[in-house]
Amino acid sequence: MTWLQTLSVWMIPAVIAIVFVAGTLKRVPTYEAFVEGGKEGFQMAVSIMPYLVGMLVSIGVFRASGAMDALVNLIKPFFSAIGIPAEVVPLALIRPLSGNGALGMMSNILATYGPDSFIGRLASTLQGTTDTTFYIITVYFGAVGIKKIGDSLKIGLLADLVGFICCIVIVTLVFG
Amino acid sequence: MVNYIWVLMFIIGFVYAALTGKMEAVNQAIFKSAEEGVTLCLGLVFILIFWLGMMKIAEEAGLLRVLSRWFKPLLKRLFPDVPENHPAMGYILSNTVANVFGLGNAATPLGIKAMEQLKKLNGNRPVASRSMITLLALNTSGFTLIPTTVIAIRMKYGAASPTDIVGVTILSTACTTIAALIIDRLFYYRRKRKGG
Repeated sequence: MTWLQTLSVWMIPAVIAIVFVAGTLKRVPTYEAFVEGGKEGFQMAVSIMPYLVGMLVSIGVFRASGAMDALVNLIKPFFSAIGIPAEVVPLALIRPLSGNGALGMMSNILATYGPDSFIGRLASTLQGTTDTTFYIITVYFGAVGIKKIGDSLKIGLLADLVGFICCIVIVTLVFG
Repeated sequence: MVNYIWVLMFIIGFVYAALTGKMEAVNQAIFKSAEEGVTLCLGLVFILIFWLGMMKIAEEAGLLRVLSRWFKPLLKRLFPDVPENHPAMGYILSNTVANVFGLGNAATPLGIKAMEQLKKLNGNRPVASRSMITLLALNTSGFTLIPTTVIAIRMKYGAASPTDIVGVTILSTACTTIAALIIDRLFYYRRKRKGG
């Protein structure tokens, strides 16, 4: 699996180099375009702040009270029997519901277990594996007034479950 | 739903702390977590500025359009009900490309535009058509090449190599997307068998 790690290292610098070369060849005012896009990035960071503050407080209380540990210990025997670290189960449950909530939970896991721990890597990968199913269905169908959503939610949630399993298998194979 | 989970986590924590005498720790956690939310966001600012800036250059250089062309043969197959030159296809293509490059905020308005066009194709009825369900499956499975925010947070917590999860994330999200599209097809065949 070393090719996968090589890809990880090359991916971002290569994309940047391609963008720079293509932009220059197409005579895009690269620096000005960068600044313009960067402003949007700043606004985006500011706009997720309240989401993170809210979610982190709730998770923080849940963890500090000892309730999180109690829950993890309760479900641990079941999940470790099938090879799943119980610590990431709460993250997997909140992932389809709230992207920023999951981001808060993931950073809480990284702070607790360390980003280079197996659980930390698993949580990071899980965050990037699927998107926020409920949010996407609400926004996309809500915006154009679709009342009957058909099989959408079932498909989305089934795919999330598959994603969770894929993620555990792949991360275990590469980093386990 | 999120509202309930959010409140529930706090209330369970509060009750558990009351029973086990950990209210002091809860008190500290409230303020420490709120502060952490802010520092975390500030830690994300640099990567969001940098990445969205890069993507703006890519957009103006026409890279997204070139990529849309590459994706077209594949997406034509996924959306057999959409005529090739219908505006819906254009929006579906740009929505997919934006998602692949981790531009969630740019992808959403494009996805909504695609939905509007698909609704027109479906006679403006308030019912999800086959193509709409496929487009949702594609979006909720969230195929992405570069998980920017995750990398930034890993950096913030001092990962030795914050990007070492990029490879596994691509592999894992690719599997999920393929699975989502297969599940979508299976449900479509099931509907067809049932309703003709």
